Amino acid sequence: MKIIAVCGMGIGTSVLLKMNAEKVLRTIGVEATVEATDVKTARESRDAQIILTTADLAGSLTGLPSEVITIDHFFDLEELTAKLSDSLL
Amino acid sequence: MRFPHLAAAFAEHSVQVGAVALDRDHAITLAGELLVASGRATPAYTLEMIEVVQTHGPYIVIAPGIALAHSKPSGAVLETGLSMVTLAEPVVFGNAANDPVRLVIGLCAVDHDGHLTVMQELATALSDDDYVNSLLNAVDNEGLRSLF
Repeated sequence: MKIIAVCGMGIGTSVLLKMNAEKVLRTIGVEATVEATDVKTARESRDAQIILTTADLAGSLTGLPSEVITIDHFFDLEELTAKLSDSLL
Repeated sequence: MRFPHLAAAFAEHSVQVGAVALDRDHAITLAGELLVASGRATPAYTLEMIEVVQTHGPYIVIAPGIALAHSKPSGAVLETGLSMVTLAEPVVFGNAANDPVRLVIGLCAVDHDGHLTVMQELATALSDDDYVNSLLNAVDNEGLRSLF
């Protein structure tokens, strides 16, 4: 399974999100690859099951086959765990 | 020293304690000026960071009170680096979940993956509320830099 973490530029916030998402996926026992990318690349992607991003960017990521999950607090592993578990378990 | 990669990324003149910012763009500008002062980016990069927020919204406020200002690798980036501004008064960025901002971090990177060890340490550091409070409570620039 593929998950993409998306920010405007693909080098800052999305990288932090990817790192914590990988940590959470290991904890809940889900095998997935997580890629950090920018909005433009994400819009061209068709093979991600889940897109992780922020509320501000979610509006730019509609109409794709992926489920969009928005994260408010990037370092709150409980929020990430709850939202990823809801979707995947 | 707890974070060797952060210590290297935050060069001399890259931090400012107790800065006064009038608004969001001013706060981002302060972080950009420190990337310039520490030799990591040119002034054009500061404008690029502001454009990111104008284009994509205030998503760079990634946790309560913390903004990660950045653009993408470009000719305006001289070397991968970080800067940090603690604000004397919190500033509203327009992010419903995480406003107001007290800590602004500037990031510039020369490519998409050369800075991952730095980001790993940054994620670890910013996940620790006590550590973030110690950053916010630093009384001078040297004191703040000594925490990395």
